[in-house]
Amino acid sequence: MLSLVIWISVILVAVILFTIYRVYTLVQVAKGKQDTRDENNTTWNATMGMIFLIGGIIAFFWYSTKEFDNYTLPVASDHGVITDNLFWITMAVTVFVFVVTQILLFYFPYKYQYRESNTASFYPHNNKLEVLWTIVPAVVLTLLIGSGLKAWWDITDEAPQDAEVVEIVGYQFAWASRYPGKDKQLGDADYKLIDVDNQMGMDFSDKSAFDDFLPREIHIPKGKPVLFKIKARDVIHSVYAPHFRMQMNAVPGMPTQFWFVPNKSTEDMRVELGNPDFNYELVCNKICGKGHFAMRYLIVVDEPEDYQKWYAEQEPWLSQNPDYLANVPDNLKEVAMISAGM
Amino acid sequence: MAVAEVQIEEHDVHHDDHEHHDSFISKYIFSTDHKTIAKQFLITGIFWALIGGALSLLFRLQLGFPDMDLGFLQPILGGWLTDTGKLDTEFYLALVTMHGTIMVFFVLTAGLSGTFSNYLIPLQIGARDMASGFMNMLSYWFFFLSSVIMFISLFIETGPASGGWTVYPPLSALPQAMSGSGLGMTLWLVSMVFFIASTLLGGINYITTVINLRTEGMTFSRLPLTIWAFFITAVIGLLSFPVLFSAALLLVFDRSFGTSFYLSDIYIGGEALPNTGGSPILYQHLFWFLGHPEVYIVLLPALGITSEVISTNSRKPIFGYQAMIISMLAIAVLSFIVWAHHMFVSGMNPFLGSIFTILTLIIAVPSAVKAFNYITTLWRGNIVFTPAMLFSIGLVSFFISGGLTGLFLGNSAIDINLHDTYFVVAHFHLVMGSASFFGLMAGVYHWFPKMFGRMMDSTLGHIHFWMTFIGVYLVFFPLHYIGIAGFPRRYYSFTNFDAFSIFTDLNAFVSVAAILTFAAQFIFLFNFFYNIFRGRKAPANPWNSTTLEWTTPRVPGHGNWPGEIPKVYRWSYDYSKPGSDKDFIPQTVPLSETPESNLPHENEMASKESVAKKDAAKA
Repeated sequence: MLSLVIWISVILVAVILFTIYRVYTLVQVAKGKQDTRDENNTTWNATMGMIFLIGGIIAFFWYSTKEFDNYTLPVASDHGVITDNLFWITMAVTVFVFVVTQILLFYFPYKYQYRESNTASFYPHNNKLEVLWTIVPAVVLTLLIGSGLKAWWDITDEAPQDAEVVEIVGYQFAWASRYPGKDKQLGDADYKLIDVDNQMGMDFSDKSAFDDFLPREIHIPKGKPVLFKIKARDVIHSVYAPHFRMQMNAVPGMPTQFWFVPNKSTEDMRVELGNPDFNYELVCNKICGKGHFAMRYLIVVDEPEDYQKWYAEQEPWLSQNPDYLANVPDNLKEVAMISAGM
Repeated sequence: MAVAEVQIEEHDVHHDDHEHHDSFISKYIFSTDHKTIAKQFLITGIFWALIGGALSLLFRLQLGFPDMDLGFLQPILGGWLTDTGKLDTEFYLALVTMHGTIMVFFVLTAGLSGTFSNYLIPLQIGARDMASGFMNMLSYWFFFLSSVIMFISLFIETGPASGGWTVYPPLSALPQAMSGSGLGMTLWLVSMVFFIASTLLGGINYITTVINLRTEGMTFSRLPLTIWAFFITAVIGLLSFPVLFSAALLLVFDRSFGTSFYLSDIYIGGEALPNTGGSPILYQHLFWFLGHPEVYIVLLPALGITSEVISTNSRKPIFGYQAMIISMLAIAVLSFIVWAHHMFVSGMNPFLGSIFTILTLIIAVPSAVKAFNYITTLWRGNIVFTPAMLFSIGLVSFFISGGLTGLFLGNSAIDINLHDTYFVVAHFHLVMGSASFFGLMAGVYHWFPKMFGRMMDSTLGHIHFWMTFIGVYLVFFPLHYIGIAGFPRRYYSFTNFDAFSIFTDLNAFVSVAAILTFAAQFIFLFNFFYNIFRGRKAPANPWNSTTLEWTTPRVPGHGNWPGEIPKVYRWSYDYSKPGSDKDFIPQTVPLSETPESNLPHENEMASKESVAKKDAAKA
């Protein structure tokens, strides 16, 4: 019944609107007013443009200042400070151009709106002006590119030798991480060795794998370079940690990497934000299927000494899964037991 | 000369004769008349725009009101709703994917280029029809077939393609990865193959027609900017769509024939796949080799239409005609060498990243020139606010707003944090989506009188414009903030993350704005369809325009001009020429007839004209 009433009222409203339209049209016809050059019309639209312009610019600056703390995430990595700077420099340039051009774009139609008595000026070109606004953007862009490329080369340069290595693997729909263990060497892995328990496909014929450990969350030390070695098991994922301003796709069959220096520990950030529950999050940022929006992983940034302590406490995966000793070649079994502390 | 004219006339008579026997089918369905084909593209484009828009409303409801019970949509969505009346998470991705595919390809490529290249090229260059009417007809019917297949894919049990409109493998290659990668993906690929064939058939025609069939006097330097834009667009399409075809073909091989072009080292669904040696990055390179030029394929026609509309309604010549052409050519060339800026964090070599940063930011220069030239065209004009003019000004506004954010995304270091966030969504919806859509609208309002011989209601047009224009800004401007905050795109919900727990109110606001903007399009639909049949009859030249299409009869028949094809004596932008008593001089008026307004070099040409005329008379 209710839906019937709704439908009837919708139809009624449509009919009323249509009738108004017909009456309006007929009145216009009767008045003989059919010229699109009607000056009232022109004034109305030109004024709307100005209202939109002024209202829009006020709303833009009002909201941008009011919500500033909400839409800017605190930055927690060395290179992030640099890219944030670049971001805000670019923002200053673009906001300036944006405001000036939009003002001209709506002010000119207002000022030069149609009047029968007016004549437009025949002004087909002006080489000086055109050269000017080719060169000025070119110069500004060159400066922006220059600083951007410097940052890009530094960020994508080879990781320092002493970087802490963490392997991150994305799969539908979670993340896993692996640390090299005491020998600081990640063991070999092969996707064909993956099974229900051995999620990383660790190859235990390689002795570097014996002491590798798989924690439930990523720990990294503050102030030290960290190298994420990134892999994907099934489809493309993307390792995105917004606070560190780091992102790199995880591609099946093609290991990728990203290194950076975290400069605020989780504790620092909790104090800064006044939020005792704060945690750094790692999210997936490449469409990967139905669970794409739920691939959450935690990153904990420790003070370096806490990190060392945590690192030393981790048990090698092999010692937690002794069944896999069977996969270790006989001549290495003993080494494996020692490395894994069994 | 005289001989040639007689031949044309004979040809004409033959034409008229033909039309007499046109059946309904050959006139409206399998028509080879470029005007009918253009209308077919337009109507199909409008149909797709409605579907594409409606899909976006569905996912906006989910994003804006995640707790809402969508049970009332049960009759439409059926099994895609969960028991609690929520969208299925995988169907959400299908919605995003189909929205993108439909809008980019079916609305803004076929609906825009298909409509206006077809409609305007012969009319504005003074040709009787396209070079090949038959290929032109095939172009539409391939598009129609492609549309039917894509439409069917919306209704199959496993759902349509869901891997994002870019359909990156392995996600799109493996049915195990998501159900949309099953039959839905197959249909997507088949549909795209027909679509590409359609685009190529159309493009070859546009290029050939512009090069060969220009009327006497219509040199390249006198072509309206619309034609320049369509011409360059067609060239870009011809060079880039075949690459998409090869990308799709290799994907078909990987999906169906066990090859490993894009697949390597994959463990999925509890088993390790045998594929090895392929590279998912290869697909991305191939895809974006089309994908980036595609941005300009949808944008350039809109800019061409805008040039024409802004100039006509400012009653001024377009500022910097040559600079506009050079900019478009520069954009066309550069559009082929910037594709990898979509891949800065894909894992490709960072050195490539720096090259593509440089090339990408270079493309901003010709774009900036175009924007400045539009603004200068408005300066000291005598501006008439037809709906088409408003939509064109709106386009320039979006082009600037969305273009500027490209300076962030094109800079690889800044892109690291913004890549695949809502900042990107805001960027391309403004600069490519909304700008092109406004170009389409400007074109419809401007050329409706020629297409259907009747006028649209301008008051409804104004209301439609202001609702849409303000609506688009309310929808897409807030997304910048959400993007700067790092919100990833294609997320079903943000509740799983502490970092993204804010902005629920802003997301709701955006959704409401989207619904209102969509609703405003029904004003247009009414205005459009009602006035096709009931509109006031259009005068021959309602906007006092200079170009050739306004010299045809009110409703031009097959062959466009009943008599001989008009000759062209001047460029298409003689508006408000000093000395002339009218504020426009059509292209068909010889310079020798307007000595009062001729510029010095035109007087010279005028004297040559009169000599040529005398010669012709003697002969």
